[in-house]
Amino acid sequence: MSIALAGAEHQGSAKRRRRLGAEIAPGIAYWFAAPSIVLLIVTLLLPIIVVFALSFTDYELGALGISFLGLDNYTALASDPTFWRGFRNTLYYVALVVPGSVLSGLLLAVLVNDLIRGRRFYQIAFFLPVTSTLIAMATVWKYLLHGRIGPVNHLLAALGLPQFEFFGDPELIMPALAVIGIWQLAGFNMVLFTAGLTAIPADLYEAAAVDGIDRPWERFFTVTLPMLGPTTMFVIITSSITAFKVFDTVAVLTRGGPQGASDVLLYTTYLEGFQYLRMGSAAAMTIVFLAIILVLSLLQSRLLDRKVHY
Amino acid sequence: MTATVSIASIEKNFGGSRTLKGVSLEIEAGEFLTLIGPSGCGKSTLLRIIAGLIPQDGGSIAIDGQVVDDAPPKARDVAMVFQSYALYPHMTVFDNIATPLKVRRLPTLARLPVLGRWMPGLKAARAGVAEDVGKVAAQVEITSLLDRRPAQLSGGQRQRVALARAMVRQPRVFLMDEPLSNLDARLRVHMRGELAELHRRLGATFIYVTHDQVEAMTMSTRVALMMDGEIVQVAPPAELYANPSDIRVARFIGSPEINLFTAHAGPDGRIALGDEATPLRCDARGPVTLGLRPEALRIADRTTALTLKARLHRIENLGPDALLHLRHDQGGDQRATLRLPLAEIEALRRSGRLDAPLTIGADADAALLFGTDGKRLELRATGAARNDDLILQRAS
Amino acid sequence: MTALLTRLRRQGLGPRDLAVHAFLLVFVFITLFPFYWMILTSLRPASEVFTAHFSWWPETFVGLDNFRAALSQAPLLRFMLNGVLVCAGILIVQLLTAIPCAYALAKFEFRGKALLFALVLFALCVPIQVPALPLYVALAFTGTLDSYFALMVPFFLSVFAIFLFRQVFKSFPDDIIHAARLDGIGEAEILWRIVVPSAGPAIAAFAIFSITAHWNDLYWPLIVITSPELAPPPLGMMYFADNDSGTTFGALMAAATLLTAPLMIIFLFAQRHFIRGVTMTGVK
Repeated sequence: MSIALAGAEHQGSAKRRRRLGAEIAPGIAYWFAAPSIVLLIVTLLLPIIVVFALSFTDYELGALGISFLGLDNYTALASDPTFWRGFRNTLYYVALVVPGSVLSGLLLAVLVNDLIRGRRFYQIAFFLPVTSTLIAMATVWKYLLHGRIGPVNHLLAALGLPQFEFFGDPELIMPALAVIGIWQLAGFNMVLFTAGLTAIPADLYEAAAVDGIDRPWERFFTVTLPMLGPTTMFVIITSSITAFKVFDTVAVLTRGGPQGASDVLLYTTYLEGFQYLRMGSAAAMTIVFLAIILVLSLLQSRLLDRKVHY
Repeated sequence: MTATVSIASIEKNFGGSRTLKGVSLEIEAGEFLTLIGPSGCGKSTLLRIIAGLIPQDGGSIAIDGQVVDDAPPKARDVAMVFQSYALYPHMTVFDNIATPLKVRRLPTLARLPVLGRWMPGLKAARAGVAEDVGKVAAQVEITSLLDRRPAQLSGGQRQRVALARAMVRQPRVFLMDEPLSNLDARLRVHMRGELAELHRRLGATFIYVTHDQVEAMTMSTRVALMMDGEIVQVAPPAELYANPSDIRVARFIGSPEINLFTAHAGPDGRIALGDEATPLRCDARGPVTLGLRPEALRIADRTTALTLKARLHRIENLGPDALLHLRHDQGGDQRATLRLPLAEIEALRRSGRLDAPLTIGADADAALLFGTDGKRLELRATGAARNDDLILQRAS
Repeated sequence: MTALLTRLRRQGLGPRDLAVHAFLLVFVFITLFPFYWMILTSLRPASEVFTAHFSWWPETFVGLDNFRAALSQAPLLRFMLNGVLVCAGILIVQLLTAIPCAYALAKFEFRGKALLFALVLFALCVPIQVPALPLYVALAFTGTLDSYFALMVPFFLSVFAIFLFRQVFKSFPDDIIHAARLDGIGEAEILWRIVVPSAGPAIAAFAIFSITAHWNDLYWPLIVITSPELAPPPLGMMYFADNDSGTTFGALMAAATLLTAPLMIIFLFAQRHFIRGVTMTGVK
């Protein structure tokens, strides 16, 4: 709002400046920015304020009354075992997906980047899952991991190993979802790491070679890894944010089951808000979710400042 | 197709610092005026204020007697050639040159991509644009490049396209912002000649910004030297060299730089250089600075009016002549440079005189005298001069 | 023999290179196996799906039967058409609003500019799940739930596009903009005719990013869409997978193949743009 007001005020001084020198009045800049400013306010800033306000009320969609509850929604959350279970499951998922996708992305990037032949082939192959429609591929994965007819269990059987009911076992459900997450994210991280690798100046490797560092793994630990430091941090945080937002696979494959073992934060919030229409407590969960994402983003933007784009 | 440009007390501040401090300048119709100065002196800013691309904070610009302070760039009838050429990267050479004409001669709708081609009744206007572009392209010899894009051109070719785009609408005033500084040395020499020729042929007013004194000296009708947001001196090139009004002008123009010595004006105005009395006199008293161009200095003989002691530091061979770099005790940075034909230096070397301390000097009429404030001081000859044909030097 | 080895090594075929290739090919196998299995199952009869042994190839080839079954069980083509309409609508509005705003932020000085940019940076961190509740309530009150508009409206503003294009426009030379002003071109025309064409690669990268994100988005359609005829591909896929009581795995995989195919095909044709898009943006 203050932007629009400042704009109107500025028109006057723009005219005054126009008398002295004919540079295009900055007024035009407001016209350029206006559509975005309107959308920013209507679809983002106001909703955030509203969600914040709702989190202190007992608002339910369709209900006539609304009353102020103060921090009741938050204290209720703090003692709500369902919420905590979703929170724990989400953290578990993040703890599996982030190391898995970051390490495999790094490994693939380093190996592929050193190749003389086939670099593009590998990049395309590993990137393919990133562009695929996750929901469709998730159903494929559910089939792959199927307890009786899934090829993964066929393989385990062929190797004489025990078979698993991945989607029926509360112990295995999060790892199974994490496999899908890692499968989709590894190629994306690989491309980010590749960009970081190409930014390492070649003469550093030459200097290392002159200094007698010539084994690939020595080179990796003395030059590549330290130089990839900022990229690695960036990839870790980006992956954490992506993993924190896990929703699609849960909504389609497990619906939080079995026995709530795959309840995640966003799925719980979704059910609360859009299935049970309890807006107040869903808003409180949203605020908790936003706080976590903002902390991660803050870390990320500090890195972005250093390397605006790769 | 030419116009006067009046610049009256132009002020410009950038972030608290005064970039232009009340600059005034009258530029005559058809003149080739060069704005020269070190980087950051405000010359490019002044050029953009004339063009209307940057608003001034004070003062006024008039073109052909009309104040244009309210006018947007396109209404000022000026064209500009940029150091980076500023060609539209996605357009062909033809479209680059045609753009200013299309904007003026075709309605907005007709300039829409694809759709615009189907606007009826503009055949004549389009043909006129094509004809004018063809003419200008022929003038700068780029007819064969009209279908290319800027990325496919060499630096020199881009330069010509930029010129053609400026020429095509026949503006009254051409503004040029260091147009040659991105070219290699050989091409630069060639383009200097072409620009001077172009100016003669078009008869338009040229305002040319450069930091290269050779460009300023070779092409201009007049040169305005700017320093720290002010014009220090405006004069024809030869005058600027021979008669600098300020020590900063003397130092900026001329390569190698002018030699400066600390001198002293006695109570009677008689100037002493170290212990040596000189035949020079001025109206000031106390410390003054004596300037001598490298080619004015020579190895002193009995007829030399101004003399001082120096030691040889190093010889720099330039081909036809050479520079002697000397050290002396007469203040300044204690260095002096002396330009002599190579043969003379060989003779000196053979005679062994270069190994001993040297006495160097110059004629009294070659001396330029500056006060402690840097302003030029008038010189008078005295009766007791060692050479009797001293010329009265007028300060400009 | 050693000469041969050296030559092979120089061509990237030395023993170590071969070991790396072998290792990477295992990863390629794991990465691509789901795609292979999806297509394989879509081409095989139901009886083979439920056999307890593994086979690489359909023993009986059923041709496109599963695809025909999938298309008759659910309006898959309609889902895809919805996806195209929604992605196109979102992308067009995003470009039309973000480009001028980014240009204003990159090349003009105006009051409130720093605040606006700070808000853009803040908004960059806020995922759709945060404003979802109030947007849903607002759409419910205006009676616009379950419409194309509801599908698109939260994404009309892409602060990410503003951020990316600002970065690109900042590096556009001021001199060319000045030259255009001297040539008499209007401000809006300078933006769309002179500045935007030079940002082609960035626009392509953003378009790919935007299309991929919204073609694959499930969360928001799941919330606002109740009529199957408005469902974009992921939601359609979810409907399809849900009533799998009567659906065979073959038809399910055929549906998955159909719904993933468009993006895959675009990717294979424009993979350079995809990969550059990721490196340029670093954001998923």
